[in-house]
Amino acid sequence: IPLLRSSLSLARVAAYGINSILYQRGIYPPETFTRVQKYGLTLLVTTDPELKNYLNNVVEQMKGGMGCIVQRLVVVISSIENNEVLERWQFDIECDKTAKNESAPREKSQKAIQDEIRSVIRQITATVTFLPLLETACAFDLLIYTDKDLAVPENWEESGPQFIANSEEVRLRSFTTTIHKVNSAVAYKKDSFP
Amino acid sequence: GKSGSKIQSTPTKAGGDRYIPNRSTMQMEIASFLLTKENDPAEESPTKKEQQKAWAVNLNGFDIEEAKILRLSGKPQNAPEGYQNKLKVLYSQQKTPGSSRKNGRYIPSMPDRILDAPEIRNDYYLNLIDWSSQNFLAVALDNSVYLWNHTSGEIIQLLQMEHPDDYVSSLSWIKEGNYLAVGTSNAEVQLWDIQQQKRLRNMTSHSSRVGSLSWNSYILSSGARTGHIHHHDVRVAEHHVATLAGHTQEVCGLKWSLNGRYLASGGNDNLVNIWPCTQGDSGDFAPVQTFTQHQGAVKAVAWCPWQSNVLATGGGTSDRHIRLWNVCSGACLSTVDAHSQVCSILWSTNYKEFISGHGFSQNQLVIWKYPTMAKVTELRGHTSRVLNLTMSPDGATVASAAADETLRLWRCFEMDPIKKKEKEKANSAKSSIIHQGIR
Repeated sequence: IPLLRSSLSLARVAAYGINSILYQRGIYPPETFTRVQKYGLTLLVTTDPELKNYLNNVVEQMKGGMGCIVQRLVVVISSIENNEVLERWQFDIECDKTAKNESAPREKSQKAIQDEIRSVIRQITATVTFLPLLETACAFDLLIYTDKDLAVPENWEESGPQFIANSEEVRLRSFTTTIHKVNSAVAYKKDSFP
Repeated sequence: GKSGSKIQSTPTKAGGDRYIPNRSTMQMEIASFLLTKENDPAEESPTKKEQQKAWAVNLNGFDIEEAKILRLSGKPQNAPEGYQNKLKVLYSQQKTPGSSRKNGRYIPSMPDRILDAPEIRNDYYLNLIDWSSQNFLAVALDNSVYLWNHTSGEIIQLLQMEHPDDYVSSLSWIKEGNYLAVGTSNAEVQLWDIQQQKRLRNMTSHSSRVGSLSWNSYILSSGARTGHIHHHDVRVAEHHVATLAGHTQEVCGLKWSLNGRYLASGGNDNLVNIWPCTQGDSGDFAPVQTFTQHQGAVKAVAWCPWQSNVLATGGGTSDRHIRLWNVCSGACLSTVDAHSQVCSILWSTNYKEFISGHGFSQNQLVIWKYPTMAKVTELRGHTSRVLNLTMSPDGATVASAAADETLRLWRCFEMDPIKKKEKEKANSAKSSIIHQGIR
């Protein structure tokens, strides 16, 4: 079932993406990450069992059901001290609901998909060059946007969007699997730089 | 008057349509972002939130404002007490605490000489200086190339590009020092005769700027912004003899091994490829190794002169690590965190050491002991990031070009006179190979 397979890989990419963000933005100590080879890249994933477990909840959520449920995945980075939102990573997931339609470009090769995923992960890594330094200790939050009629699953609670008040935003690369199209962007708090 | 319409011939592919670019699907921001990730993205134009909202609605087909937002509860423990976000420590690092242990020799902390390099392009991806075996230091300043005769101190302007918008993007001396290869922003690879100060050839085969060059006897390899590497046989008219496609972004690091067996290439796609000097059975060149561990662009690529198959590489801003590899086994022999963007690495034959050039925040050169990877010393002085390093033919001096528009010459690998004599004796015993000139 192509829809299910695409959701699986999407969920995995989400996990790697979140791990990359946590590593590159220094939310957790770099020593707590280990390297894995995937998509022709060296990726960094956390070894912290609690964090691993926590992230699995997101993966499960994206895997489960029909895979068209998660419309947007957001990683919010805020200062522990005053809860101010400093950075907001947003991944918009467009799902081709007409997956049964034969005209869908299902011939998209694994390699092509991998190349695109590689680009997104690399972009996350490269953002270090322009994102403002996170000076204080930070914590992260994971948000998903879903259908308003969906029952709230276990481990999740309703929330606000946690936008940044005065932000700069950069749109990053998008990638498409056979069924999904993901657009990404990062918003950060506008700072007064010298 | 005449109507201005032209007839376009359809492409030869059967059934193929004319490609009509659609501006709204072009990812202009991303393209510009990707090309410049190692440089300062001062030109970034962020999208407005209102635009983004509208975009989101149009794209998704549903009104995301109506969506329910869920937050994952039960957050895991935050990073342990006392963990300071490493980024701040990284980027505001003060001088390394504690004195480095006294190395066996005196290395002057000030440069021997400082030369002016006005208009030097502050672009991480270019390779703008090279020092010849005849002791000429070639420097590309925007659209001109100057030669500085280290022996006499004389400065010559070798060339200036015709169009003011074009610039020189790479330089490389042939081993004998009589020809200089020049890569340009308009995709040319030029060959200049130094004695006559004349251009011998203008080799066009690339479709984008040529940021890196490396010689292997009569083969000149060039790396371009498209990620392609071309081999040119400079002796023949049909110079373009091979294409290596292993990078998806600009090739900024390119070095043939000293024995001519392998070509190492580093790109803005964070990959390092090791290419053999001969094609495989299929007639194509394929890398014998691809290293993916760097998390940033790899411009610093350098082969160990005394241990064949050992290669040093350094990563850009998001990586900051120096890695040593055995290209035969593919193993990463050592890694060290340099805490700063690495632009160049050079090995010293006089001492078993190598030197690296860095950017923010110290803009320093670091000398490392091999194989212990201990820091021998740091050379400070540049007030803006180091862009390139090159070494004098006698191996005693390293020249660094930086964004502060200066070239500094550091006498950091000067040989002890007694040891020097011994070395010279040993070298003269080797047979010399006479090279034919290039017709």
